[in-house]
Amino acid sequence: MAQTKRDLLIDPLVDNNPITLQVLGICSALAVTSSLQVAFVMALAVTSVTAFSSMFISVLRNQIPGSIRIIVQMVIIASLVIIVDQVLKAYAYDVSKTLSVFVGLIITNCIVMGRAEAFAMKNTPIDSFIDGAGNGIGYGALLLVVGFIRELFGAGSLFGITILPTVNNGGWYVPNGMLLLPPSAFFIIGLLIWAVRAWKPEQVEEREYKIQVVEGH
Amino acid sequence: MEGLLSLAVKAVFVENLALSFFLGMCTFIAVSKKISTALGLGISVMLVQAITVPTNNLLLTYLLAPGALAWAGFPNVDLTFLGLICYIGVIAAMVQILEMVLDKFFPPLYNALGVFLPLITVNCAILGGSLFMVERDYNIAEATTYGLSSGFGWALAITAMAGVREKLKYSDIPDGLQGLGITFITAGLMALAFMSFSGVKL
Repeated sequence: MAQTKRDLLIDPLVDNNPITLQVLGICSALAVTSSLQVAFVMALAVTSVTAFSSMFISVLRNQIPGSIRIIVQMVIIASLVIIVDQVLKAYAYDVSKTLSVFVGLIITNCIVMGRAEAFAMKNTPIDSFIDGAGNGIGYGALLLVVGFIRELFGAGSLFGITILPTVNNGGWYVPNGMLLLPPSAFFIIGLLIWAVRAWKPEQVEEREYKIQVVEGH
Repeated sequence: MEGLLSLAVKAVFVENLALSFFLGMCTFIAVSKKISTALGLGISVMLVQAITVPTNNLLLTYLLAPGALAWAGFPNVDLTFLGLICYIGVIAAMVQILEMVLDKFFPPLYNALGVFLPLITVNCAILGGSLFMVERDYNIAEATTYGLSSGFGWALAITAMAGVREKLKYSDIPDGLQGLGITFITAGLMALAFMSFSGVKL
């Protein structure tokens, strides 16, 4: 492995982003991006769980028998998520209410499992910690971008502070209500993927069928 | 009875796990390339969901809820914080048992569904179903209905998605949108369509 520690952290941000390229962990995240604050807390929670679970699994990697490794990983991840859940309930009760079931769903977030399985089982604890943190941040960054777009144009505010005064409050901005509804997250992510791939053409997927122009028609 | 029926309709259409809560998205995007595989996965999810949600409901009522251990002489114990780890344990165990039972008694079904079953343990739709059940305080009858119908809703969504994608692969899509990008946008359009059910009440 010629990767430096810096690469491990930076790589997942754009070049190997867990959401746009690896299709991991879209599950629990999209529903929490309608406001930036919630997205931020979620990003933080996922990053810490991914980083620490990768580290602990890597520490134990030589002790875990292959046949039951999934269950062992699951238990470690679930314990960490319980800690995060309890901390959120204690210090940020309102946010934890908004996140509702989605904190618990970090357990089944494929990023956490995916990094544990693909990286932490083969590498040293410190590398795994950095890799986990990098992937968590790459995921969080996308979450924040989506949250930013949705809150700014859907409600005219950022972190609950009004940026664009809406018509209802006597301002000039007519909010796009659709951005607060679930389907908009799909469109934003789809377009973001398009943007990332226009910038990094090597990420474009192969076509299954090519359209051919037939001579003489 | 009417309450259960309306709960079922709500879980299938209005609060579709895949399209309005984004649950099970990883598998939803990854396994929706062909109708036949999508259907197989959908049926497995429905089956597992119908078993695990009621089981977790029983677990919650008799072991974890505040005061639930009164029968064992611990009326003041509240174990709800252990919920997450117990639910995921139950799900993993149930999937394993289901796999063994299918293998033993229904080999054709096992051959059809076998590859999908391990995937289901980490499918957020399953854990999400159980967590919604906890959050909304369902009793056992409601939990069973909710499990079955939310699984059905998910199966419906992934099959429809696979149908769209089978046609979509022949179309001329901009390079950057190829594959993942267009799939997201399709899912968004489907979610919009499903939102039109939101006024439906029984």
